[in-house]
Amino acid sequence: MVRNPVVRVVVRRLYLAVPLLFVVSALSFLLSSLAPTNVLDVLLPNGSPAQYVALAHRLGLDQPVYEQYWHWLVHALGGNLGTSYTTGQGVKALIVQRFPVTLSLVVPTVVVMFLVGVGAGVVSAVHGGAVGRLIDSLTLVGFALPAFWVGAVLVSFFAVKIHLLPAIGYVSLAQSPGDWARSMVLPVVALSLLPIAVMARQTREAMMDVLASEHVRMAWANGIPPRVIFFKLALKNASMRAVTVGGLQVIGLLTGTVFVEQVFSLPGLGSGLDTAASTGDLPVTQGIVVFFTVVIVAINLIVDLLYAVLDPRVRTS
Amino acid sequence: MSTIVGIEPVDGTPAVASTIESASLFRRLLRRPAAVVSMVWLAIVVVVAIAAPIIWPHVATQNAGDIFDVLKGPSWQHLLGTDSDGRDVLQRLLVGTRVTMLGVAEAVLVTLAIGVPAGLTAGYFGGRTDRALGWLTDLTLSLPGLAVVFVVLSIFPDSMLAGMVTLGVILSPYTTRVVRSATLPIREELYIAAAQVAGLSRSYIIVRHVLSRIVGVVIVLGAIYAATALVTQTGLAYLGLIVRLPAPSWGGMVGDGIAALTNQSWLIWPPGIAMTLTVVAFGLLGDSVRDVTAERWSVASVQRPSRRLARPVAGAVVAPPVPASATDALLRVENLTVAFGSKGSVRVIDDVSFDISAGEAVGLVGESGCGKTVTAMSLIRLLPGDGEIVGGRIVFDGRDLACLPEKELRRVRGSEIGLISQEPMVSLNPAFRVGWQLALSVRTHDGLSRRAAHARAVELLRSVHLPDPELVARRYPHELSGGMAQRVAIARALAGEPKLLIADEPTTALDVTVQAEILELLRELQRERGMAILLVTHDWGVVADLCDRAVVMYAGQVVERAALTPLFREPLHPYTRALLLSDPHNALGGDELPWIPGGVPKPGFWPQGCHFHPRCRYATEACRQRPIPLEHPADARQTRCIHHDRLHHDQLSVVQ
Repeated sequence: MVRNPVVRVVVRRLYLAVPLLFVVSALSFLLSSLAPTNVLDVLLPNGSPAQYVALAHRLGLDQPVYEQYWHWLVHALGGNLGTSYTTGQGVKALIVQRFPVTLSLVVPTVVVMFLVGVGAGVVSAVHGGAVGRLIDSLTLVGFALPAFWVGAVLVSFFAVKIHLLPAIGYVSLAQSPGDWARSMVLPVVALSLLPIAVMARQTREAMMDVLASEHVRMAWANGIPPRVIFFKLALKNASMRAVTVGGLQVIGLLTGTVFVEQVFSLPGLGSGLDTAASTGDLPVTQGIVVFFTVVIVAINLIVDLLYAVLDPRVRTS
Repeated sequence: MSTIVGIEPVDGTPAVASTIESASLFRRLLRRPAAVVSMVWLAIVVVVAIAAPIIWPHVATQNAGDIFDVLKGPSWQHLLGTDSDGRDVLQRLLVGTRVTMLGVAEAVLVTLAIGVPAGLTAGYFGGRTDRALGWLTDLTLSLPGLAVVFVVLSIFPDSMLAGMVTLGVILSPYTTRVVRSATLPIREELYIAAAQVAGLSRSYIIVRHVLSRIVGVVIVLGAIYAATALVTQTGLAYLGLIVRLPAPSWGGMVGDGIAALTNQSWLIWPPGIAMTLTVVAFGLLGDSVRDVTAERWSVASVQRPSRRLARPVAGAVVAPPVPASATDALLRVENLTVAFGSKGSVRVIDDVSFDISAGEAVGLVGESGCGKTVTAMSLIRLLPGDGEIVGGRIVFDGRDLACLPEKELRRVRGSEIGLISQEPMVSLNPAFRVGWQLALSVRTHDGLSRRAAHARAVELLRSVHLPDPELVARRYPHELSGGMAQRVAIARALAGEPKLLIADEPTTALDVTVQAEILELLRELQRERGMAILLVTHDWGVVADLCDRAVVMYAGQVVERAALTPLFREPLHPYTRALLLSDPHNALGGDELPWIPGGVPKPGFWPQGCHFHPRCRYATEACRQRPIPLEHPADARQTRCIHHDRLHHDQLSVVQ
């Protein structure tokens, strides 16, 4: 058995990842065999029988499902996730092209979530009363407003009415950092409302629990300044919960981008999913799902490692 | 049944009880305005979802309305205006309610249909079943949920049923987890065991006795998932993936509005407001049901201790000038009164006075709930919850701590008055190394550099006789034993070189051998550093070991003060006497330990007159009528008893 607990955490995560990827990829093949409409009808609306047979053969659809899956799996292990039915583009190339867009939406959102969410949670825990109630009601609003609708409202005001920010479109960071930032402000605001609300509420709860604990009472009794008690001692104890919540929110954000990318016409993985789903482009949706699953495994791994950093009990026991 | 197994079913007949409970749940909800408003709104939405498509059957297939009247704002003819094809927005909103709510219903039903049985099974059967379901749950939770919905929609194009069923499946592991953890405690209850012994089938027990108890939890989950499903359904409809045009849906209407945004920004508002209000209604309903069921559980089960923040409290009294000290006491507590509750409604400490000279050890003795700890904590103004000093003075070294500004008091805490507590293991912060925490205290009091503070921390650890202090400094609190942790806590209290150490039950949580070592250490520190100690305890043995004098407290009051020897020889308060007699150290082997009948009355329920009279065998009518003042029966002795001379006679005859 592995001695080092950190290594053990990593190994356990990866153990779970293998069956997970297997299930995720097998599932779509299984479902496609149950599909009511044949993908060939979509691709060749008025084709001759000979053309059907040729296309089916080219796409490998004339083989039994398990052979199709085996074929896919062997290629996937070699890094080839297949090609799009509709555009003929390689799925891997599509992911490589679109993932940076999604990242440039998700990364600032995560930063905003931690800064604003944790900040508001801590402030309301320390000050309590009215600020706490305000955060509670903002949380409810954050839950209730769908991101794509918030996006639409933001566009109608900041882009259409006062022409402050661009309504749609994506400028890559490498191309022009300033324009990139301008193009990302509204999408990030729309996407971050919910994660900020969740983070603020959970951080507040966690801080309240820590501030009621015996070791904080003893810190007061030791004359430790409030600044140190709140922001150095208690915040580190509460950060475990923030990290857990943060990990779950990042996972939610990955797919949450699909609606916001559509509102702002951002060519990321989310809008790739949307386009592929509406044209029945199974290799693309499947490839993106497998890719997302790998990203989720990585995020969970990062969360586990952060636990080990933040809590000595995880590290040494 | 109950006579055979010898236990009573807790809830009478659970099947009947559950019907009553559901009815009362509803009645309790009706008392909450937020719940009523939510339920009314949701009822309207459901009625509209059913009725609107029947009233306006043509709307679902209408491709264009009045093409000369497109993108108009609200008017009498079209209350919510018209869309880019000239169709009436209000009609589309009402008719579109059906497909929206249908999608929500599909997802919620699926998630509950999977999650509730799975959670019940895992919680009820436990063991291997539980582990297998737990693994499946973990697996499903690691899926990129919404992306899976897109895969399914690319296989079943335009199928809302397929999409929402998939969403339901994706959400079900959360339900499984919550239902499982709600089932676990119920499974342990006696009437379940009784039902099993009575030979009822497992499925019957699960459905009748367990499911009926978690109805509240299931409703809360249903409401949360309805909100989630609504946001997802409208999003998918906005993307045009689940509702075939021209049929209206709330999400689709937002999409129409976005397409027309540059010409008419009004169109995104009606569907947006409908969505938001409905999600809020689900959220508020869920919160209300949770609160109502939690109310009910807290009545039946153990009362959850309210979360109280131990925080510094503001000084209550405006500072009167402190007169030059009459005695040379280091600490003089005069008529200290502490109250809890809003506006200080409940007194917990009543008119407490005592003093401690420099280098002296004084024991504060009494049963649990007498106010010893509150008295000790109020000296440095660290009261739990809404506790407040409402009267009296705490003169320490020429200053009144009861009304010292918080900022100055902070300089007293730790550096002039130290504290060690009952639970050494939890008194240190689990996330930081022991050495770092000690160094933090050192730096706070001395302003030393990091390196010097660390060296001083190691030195402090050595001074409390910890072997290998360098190594201990690098440890985390969970790597210490209880005795080591208490030594570390004492070392930390010494960091500021206090003149007074408050030791609140410092040995209670420790093994007997370790107790003796810690007491020896405290005695040594008192001797060598000339440090005064206020020892809070219920253990006369500990008092005898360490203290010069004792202050006995009962129900918020000081009942006796005396030097230790005369107190032990001749207690002048019936409570002190009873407490001494019931001490296990005094009992002879084989003797039954005498005990004091009754219990300490809770604050707010103190009897009139002498607080001890209901438990006192000397009580007379005079004891019940008016408060008893402290009397001075002898030099340096005080007792709050008018019958102390009767007690005096008794001692002579009884004790020996």
